[in-house]
Amino acid sequence: MKLLVNGEPHDVSAQSLDALLAELEFEGEWLATALNGELVRSPERQNCRLDEGDRVEILTPRQGG
Amino acid sequence: MLKLYNTELSSRVLLGTAQYPSPAILMDAIKASGTEIVTVSLRREMAGGKSGDKFWSLIRSLGTHVLPNTAGCHTVKEAVLTAQMARDVFATDWIKLEVIGNHDTLQPDVFALVEAARILSDDGFKVFPYTTDDLIVAGRLLEAGCEVLMPWCAPIGSALGPLNMHALRSLRGNFPDVPMIIDAGLGRPSHAATVMELGFDAILLNTAVAKAGDPVAMAGAFAKAVDAGHEAFHAGMLEPRDVAVPSTPVIGRAVFT
Repeated sequence: MKLLVNGEPHDVSAQSLDALLAELEFEGEWLATALNGELVRSPERQNCRLDEGDRVEILTPRQGG
Repeated sequence: MLKLYNTELSSRVLLGTAQYPSPAILMDAIKASGTEIVTVSLRREMAGGKSGDKFWSLIRSLGTHVLPNTAGCHTVKEAVLTAQMARDVFATDWIKLEVIGNHDTLQPDVFALVEAARILSDDGFKVFPYTTDDLIVAGRLLEAGCEVLMPWCAPIGSALGPLNMHALRSLRGNFPDVPMIIDAGLGRPSHAATVMELGFDAILLNTAVAKAGDPVAMAGAFAKAVDAGHEAFHAGMLEPRDVAVPSTPVIGRAVFT
């Protein structure tokens, strides 16, 4: 299944957002996720199904002003 | 005591965490500033990367309050989603709301800002809006649910200091009870003292400290200037006048001729 993850194309076998994080080795504990412009909270990732062409954003704490 | 959304704070300095020469200097600058609130952002993580975790562990070890921002957002939708993602990660309903309207000046799009502030306030966020010094926009932000305002005094990172004293005085005078933090444009401690002498409640700094020759020393210098300006505002300053007035008593002076 082809997805856009943080703006980059990926071909993955994961069917859920939770599985996608594991497959792409996003191992950080402090991640925020969004699917097609909508927030997906941490506990909701396991049941968040992915579809062809979905856009996933995976963000993490950074320096800011 | 400064009170922001029912949180009482001793320090009147808020400090950004970007652009420091090293994490160690960032940590020392935070301590030297005495700040109790640091700003942070959310950015894309690399697959397999843990840079976010490392940075966040450092910040959490300080025990300060964290104010996440929506820096770089140009639309209401982007800013609202970023705020929601920040709340999920940082476990705070505080958000420094930025909706940028111009790439060159980084001037806020105040129309989108008010709309996003209303959406987020209705959703339970405690919004700290990065705004201009416009009085009418300030009123709209308060109507939208903001209980704190963060007007600029000059463009972000410009170090120009307060450019429009009339507008800043007008803001302070019209909303005397609203906590107002001067965010953006401060370059040197005297700028900070100047806006605090006008009666502003706090300042938010980043570039002026992070890009100083010695960020740790500069953080301490700003903290002193902020305290000096704040104390001066409450001490009752003399109004300027055009004629000289002798400070030494005239009566009783010797006459030698």
